[in-house]
Amino acid sequence: MSTTGLVRLLERVGGQGEGFLAYLGGLGYLTLDALKHTALGLVIRPRIKIDETLFQMVRLGVRAVPIIALVQIFVGMILALQLAPVLADYGQLDKVATVVSIAVFRELGPLISAVVLTGFAGAAIAAELGTMVVGEEIAALRTSAIHPVRFLVVPRIIACLLTTVALTVLADIVGAVGGGLIDRWVLQGDSWQYYHTTIESLALKDFLTGLIKSAVFAFIIVLVSCYEGLSVTGGAEGVGRATTRSVVLAIFLIIAADCAFTTFFYFFW
Amino acid sequence: MPTVEPILEIRGVQKFFGGRQVLKNIDLVVAPGETVVIIGGSGSGKSTLLRTIIGEHAPDAGHVYLWGEDVCHASPRRLDKIRQRFGILFQSGALYSSMTVGENVALPLREHTDLDDKIIQMVVKMKLELVGLRDFENLMPSQVSGGMRKRVGLARAVARDPEILFYDEPTAGLDPIATSVCDQLVIDLRTKLGVTSLVVTHDMKSALRIADRLAMLYNGEFIAIGPPADFRQPADPRVRQFVEGLADGPIPLRVSKTDYLADLLGLHEKREPATGNRP
Repeated sequence: MSTTGLVRLLERVGGQGEGFLAYLGGLGYLTLDALKHTALGLVIRPRIKIDETLFQMVRLGVRAVPIIALVQIFVGMILALQLAPVLADYGQLDKVATVVSIAVFRELGPLISAVVLTGFAGAAIAAELGTMVVGEEIAALRTSAIHPVRFLVVPRIIACLLTTVALTVLADIVGAVGGGLIDRWVLQGDSWQYYHTTIESLALKDFLTGLIKSAVFAFIIVLVSCYEGLSVTGGAEGVGRATTRSVVLAIFLIIAADCAFTTFFYFFW
Repeated sequence: MPTVEPILEIRGVQKFFGGRQVLKNIDLVVAPGETVVIIGGSGSGKSTLLRTIIGEHAPDAGHVYLWGEDVCHASPRRLDKIRQRFGILFQSGALYSSMTVGENVALPLREHTDLDDKIIQMVVKMKLELVGLRDFENLMPSQVSGGMRKRVGLARAVARDPEILFYDEPTAGLDPIATSVCDQLVIDLRTKLGVTSLVVTHDMKSALRIADRLAMLYNGEFIAIGPPADFRQPADPRVRQFVEGLADGPIPLRVSKTDYLADLLGLHEKREPATGNRP
C-alpha cells in the first residue's frame, strides 16, 4: 500500500471514529439536557406538560397493548414447546411452568417488549420529530423561546418510561399464560398446578430485575429516537434514514445493555 | 437616524459554510418602527443572515445586537429573554402540526404568560381575525391551504405583540390578493402599532410596497441600501437587473466555477482541487 493510500485509510478510520464519538457525545448531551429538564419540571417548577405526556402515553404505550400481548403469548407458547421435550427427557415435565416463568419474567418479557416498542414507539418518535425539524417547527419552537427538549423530549421520556414498564408487567403475565396454554392443551398438564408452580418458582428479584431492565430499555428507545429525530438533515430522505437508524441502533443498544445488566445481576444480586 | 437607539444592529457579520463565505462583513442598523426589506436572489445569503440575527446560526465573525444585547454571545437564558420580545414568520409558516390553528396561536401565550385561559382564547380570536382566519381556529394545519398556514404563522408571530417582527419570504407561494393582504398587514402593524419589521424576500413588488428602506444582498454583501425611490431607478446594473427581473445582465444565472468545455471533456479530474476541502 502506498503512503497516500495508508494516509487515506487512516483518515477514513479516524473520520468514522470521530463521527462515532461525536454521535455518542450528542446523545450524552441530549440525555443530560433531558434529565435536567425532567428534574426541573418535576421538582423545582412543576411545568411538565401533563396533557402532552398523557397523549404520548396513549399513542406510544396504550396502543401497543394488543401487539405486545399477541407477541408475548406466542413467546410463552414457543418456550413451552421448545423446552417440553428436553424436560420430558429428564422426567421434569412439571417444571415447564418454572422454566417459562423465569425466562419470561427475567428476560423475554422485558426484551421482546422493548424490541416491539422500538418499532412501535421509537420509529414513530424519530419520524415525528424528524418531520418537525424539516418543517422548521423545531426552529419555530426555539425562536419562540420554547425549549424543544422540555417541550417535546421530556413528555416522551416520561410516557415511554411509564408505559414500557407497565407493558412489561403485562408481557410477563401474558407470556406465562402462553406457556400455560401449551401446558394445558398440548402437554395435558393441570392449569391450577401450572399457576401454583409459577407463583412458587418466581422470586421478587426475578420480577424486579426484569422491570429495572425494561426501564433502561425505555430510556434507550426514547433517547435514541429523539436524538435521531432532532438531528435530521435533508428533507424526507433524512427522516427515513433517521427512523431506520434509530430502530437499528436502539435494538443494538438494548441487547448490549441487557447483556451488561444480566452480567451485573448474575454477580451482584 | 442617529439620535434614536437602534433596535437591531448588525456589525461586521461573516459566515462560512464549508470553506465558502456566505456572508461578507454585513453591517446594518434598524431603527424602531422602521420596515427594512432585504432583497436578493436565491443563494445570496439572505436566509443565512436572518437565521444569524435570530440566534439560530452563530456568525464566524462580527456581532448582532438586539436592543443593545449581543445575540451571538448571550447565555441561553438571556437569548430566550430576547427571543420573547420578537416574532418570526417562517417561510412555510412552520405551524406545529399536532396542534390546531388556535392552539398554535395560543402556545406562545400559554408558555410565556400567566394569562387566564379565557383571555388567551380572546387574544387568539383577535389575532386570527387580524389575518382573516377567525373561523379556522379548530382546524388542524394540514386542513388549511399553504397561504392560510402562512397567515396563521403570522397570527402566531404577533400573538405576544412583539416589538420587532422577522419575515422569511412572507409572500412566497401566496396568490396576488393574499400577497397584498400580507403587505397591508405589515404596513398596518407599523403604522398602527409601531412594530419594527425586517423582511427577507425576493418579491420586488411587495418589497417596494412595504419598505422604508431596502437593502440588496448579492454574493454575501450589501451592494445597495436606501429608500425605495433609489431602487425604482437604480444606478447599479446588478440592482437594476434584479429589480427589473432581467435574464441578461451582470448577475449570471450559471454559477459553476469550472470551464464548461473542460468539464464536458473530463479534463478536470486530472487536476488537483483548488481548495483543501474534502467532500
